Amino acid sequence: MAIPMSSEAAKEFIPGWEMVIGLEVHCELKTRTKLFCGCTNSFGQEPNTNICPVCLGLPGSLPVINENAVELAVRIGLSLNCKVDESIFHRKNYFYPDMPKDYQVSQYERAINENGYLELPLSKKMVRIERAHIEEDTGKSTHVGGGGGRIHGADYSLVDYNRAGIPLVEIVSAPDLRSADEAREYVSELRAILVASGASDGKMEEGSLRVDANVSVRRQGSREFGTRCEIKNLNSLRSLVRAIGYEAQRQVELISSGERVIQQTRHWNEDQGVTTAMRSKEEAYDYRYFPEPDLVPLSPSGEWIAEIQGRIGLLPAVRRERMASLFDSVSKGSTLDQIVTAVGLGLDDLVVAAVESGADPKLALARATNEVASDVGNLANLTVANFCELVIMESEGKLSATQAKTVLSKMLESGSGPQKVVKSLGFEALDASVLEGLVDQVISSSPKEWERFSMGEDQLSGFFIGQVMKLSKGKADGKVVTSILRSRRA
Amino acid sequence: MMSSTVGLGAAEIAELVRSKQISAQEVTEEHLALVRLQDPVLNSFLQITDDAAIASAKAVDAKIAKGEDPGELAGVPVALKDNLVTRGLATTCASQILKGWKPPYTATVVEKISFAGGVVLGKTNLDEFAMGSSTENSSFGPTRNPYDLNRVPGGSSGGSAAAVAARFAPLALGSDTGGSIRQPAALCGIVGVKPTYGMVSRYGLIAFASSLDQIGPFARSVKDAALMLQVIAGHDPRDSTSLESGVPDLLSDIDRGVEGLRIGIIEELIDGVAPMVGTAITEAASSLSAQGAKVEHISVPAVRYGLSAYYLIAPAEASSNLARYDGVRYGLRVAGQDMNETYISSRTKGFGPEVKRRIMLGTFALSSGYYDAYYGKAQKVRTMIINSFQKAYERFDVLLSPTAPTTAFELGAKAADPLSMYLSDVCTIPTNLAGHPAMSVPYGLGENEMPIGVQILAPALGEVNMFRVARAVEKGSPLIPRKLFWE
Amino acid sequence: MANLAKLSLSEEEELMYTGQLAAILDHARDIMALDTADLLPTAHPLELRNVLRRDVEAPSLDRDEVLSQAPAAEGGRFMVPRILGEAP
Repeated sequence: MAIPMSSEAAKEFIPGWEMVIGLEVHCELKTRTKLFCGCTNSFGQEPNTNICPVCLGLPGSLPVINENAVELAVRIGLSLNCKVDESIFHRKNYFYPDMPKDYQVSQYERAINENGYLELPLSKKMVRIERAHIEEDTGKSTHVGGGGGRIHGADYSLVDYNRAGIPLVEIVSAPDLRSADEAREYVSELRAILVASGASDGKMEEGSLRVDANVSVRRQGSREFGTRCEIKNLNSLRSLVRAIGYEAQRQVELISSGERVIQQTRHWNEDQGVTTAMRSKEEAYDYRYFPEPDLVPLSPSGEWIAEIQGRIGLLPAVRRERMASLFDSVSKGSTLDQIVTAVGLGLDDLVVAAVESGADPKLALARATNEVASDVGNLANLTVANFCELVIMESEGKLSATQAKTVLSKMLESGSGPQKVVKSLGFEALDASVLEGLVDQVISSSPKEWERFSMGEDQLSGFFIGQVMKLSKGKADGKVVTSILRSRRA
Repeated sequence: MMSSTVGLGAAEIAELVRSKQISAQEVTEEHLALVRLQDPVLNSFLQITDDAAIASAKAVDAKIAKGEDPGELAGVPVALKDNLVTRGLATTCASQILKGWKPPYTATVVEKISFAGGVVLGKTNLDEFAMGSSTENSSFGPTRNPYDLNRVPGGSSGGSAAAVAARFAPLALGSDTGGSIRQPAALCGIVGVKPTYGMVSRYGLIAFASSLDQIGPFARSVKDAALMLQVIAGHDPRDSTSLESGVPDLLSDIDRGVEGLRIGIIEELIDGVAPMVGTAITEAASSLSAQGAKVEHISVPAVRYGLSAYYLIAPAEASSNLARYDGVRYGLRVAGQDMNETYISSRTKGFGPEVKRRIMLGTFALSSGYYDAYYGKAQKVRTMIINSFQKAYERFDVLLSPTAPTTAFELGAKAADPLSMYLSDVCTIPTNLAGHPAMSVPYGLGENEMPIGVQILAPALGEVNMFRVARAVEKGSPLIPRKLFWE
Repeated sequence: MANLAKLSLSEEEELMYTGQLAAILDHARDIMALDTADLLPTAHPLELRNVLRRDVEAPSLDRDEVLSQAPAAEGGRFMVPRILGEAP
């Protein structure tokens, strides 16, 4: 997950034009079992080993709603400030081989969550959430022969229904976003909310978060919306930004050359960096939605909603405030960006704990958003206690910045505590008298440089530190060496 | 011809088996022998499951030998409509599209029957996917009426009705979406019950129209029907539309009589029925009066619109329920150049004309631009019908009507005109729309010396009163003085 | 309609079905005239709400048993002819 950028660059588009973007985000819920049956909700099993009469849509089978899926959907709704209300399920009818019943059970007219909003953390912009509804996922097709795994030109396809019936919540934003960077900021923040609320693991790379973008353009200052296109197959934040950029550019070029944008669904081709038409609105499929007669309405009681509210963890906005309070001033710039990143990646608990146990806040934040963030896959190897200990060692000058970074990377890799890593790398701070001896040794072997340094050529301190480092095999702390040099010069 | 247990009721057979006067295996073999001999003419079974039947009969006998209770259906032969899934036993819905399909699971009702010691003899014929009123829409040939082989047994559960009427089994299960249990029961001169929607689990019933479908029993007596309903009723966590009201005690009060019960004859459903059918209702009403009930005529105006609403709602749901027969996961595939061609060729080859007709009707009713005018309107009329019944039940405990407007018609008589076929469900459809229970009890012979059925309707969960009245109708009814085809 | 329902009809069938469906819809005209403005639609006869199950695992089916019923299978998956487009 990329670090959200400050949205200053966001407004830069073709002068005189503005983008209008609405996003539909599909999020897999972190339940134990599927939406309508007891098959497990898990990833990467042998094909078709996680299927039963219900999720395979066998004749005679019937769905029963997973209580936990409803709870997690409500958590999402509450976290996005939605109104949680009585809802019903509809059937969306269309034929496709990865759909076991040839209809998808989804919410259409009355969604469980409606009319909420999300605040973008950097620009503080409010993005309206139209709805966040529950639906079931489809199976997965693999295309064989011809086009190298692509659907077009394949000889035949193979279908695995393990994923069929996994619970999803689709979060639909209003067309309130105005740039690709805002879209990215929105998805990053939404992802952080989904993870923090405990509803989803938010793993875009495993497909548990999938984004479709509705993009249109209009002349700056215009109040009317242009004709929009829906872009599918956006599997990463990078694709999202690139695809929106490409699509908006395409639309502006069309309009500028006197042509018309046709409302259609377009497919993002990651390799070629272009969107291509899938079908136009005129060919829109008639889904023949109607109320799912095998299910009864959902009507979460106020009491249940309150219980669920109580089980939602701290949300990103609150977490950011909590972190900001650790610093004297957080206006703009790098600290705010780092806070957003730390919260976005769920590293804020580490930082807060380190500061509470006496570490320097800036140092703790820097280590979390640089070293830890770049190896977030190994986060499980890092205990809060070990992180605190490491940052405190650095705060107290027992480790140099370079050493602390190396030690932290090793800790993430190995799961060991800082003391052990420091020992294995031989980073124990050198005794002051030993270090003084080394400094004196360097001074006597480089008399010319020492003379110049003594005359005030401060830039030569680097030379001396380097020499001492060499002699100490990197164990010397640069800051301590500098202070010894200064005292010798005095 | 008549063996010792063939022709006996379910309760009698269970009693004989439990008291070790006869083994379940003997009962099973006697019934199977009759089926083997006579069913080739009747065509009530699509599949006779001899081996499985003998095995379950032996299991019942083994339990008895060990002194365990084999259950209230101990050794009673049961026939299952072939839209109930049975693990490892072909389940076809009388359709080419499911020919040979062996489900990997079993319907809840079938599990309950086995648990109660019932012995499944086989799977019975039906109109394809339960769509029809004569069992002529089966892709495996029509079933015939056991009283007159030139006539239909009714439908869609015609195989189950004919099998019970022909003494092949004392009990059978059917499904009723618009009358598919009650109408064939009436045409075959037996008892057929559509319970309150949600009383019997639909898990494992291959759906026709999910908001209307309900499984129910066929029997030759009201008491046997009650016994069977008690076995299959009850909450099932696998069916979201299953009621938690528990199993009703139908038998304790069944002989309590009808003294003081208020019974209304639905005027709109008497209009235009065959003369002898109308007379039978009047006679049944007099008999109930004579037994102490307060009988009056009542108008339930909205039932007139039942047929129209039903033929929009049921096909709409069916068009979606039957989408899954696409040649991908099970059943018939007729290979085409690509997936889309394969869908089209498999479904075109696999479905019969009536199924196609209803799929197209339902697709139309749900399509954009027509939804509000057709499906949406029908849903509101459904509300109107429910309200109309509710008003009637403020004044009456149960209602009375014919089950079908005529007695059994000849094979082919209505085959060319779907609308005239649909009209044979006019009396039964309103209860499905309301989700209420209703049952048919035979009441002598009418036109063409064929059986007549009296329909008893009750409000939701009104089964106890409905069975009391049914028992009273049965007590007062003339016998059927006619021989079965094999007698 | 036939196309949406994935059915193919011969000209003769098309003529027959068109006539029959027209007759059925014509019969349904009796309800078109009814005043239903004040009525809510009934999608389902039961007034149940919140029928839910616990989030507890249940056994899955045996893959061989399931695939033995499939028209075609390969490598543990259901095999289908080439698909011409993405899902609508």
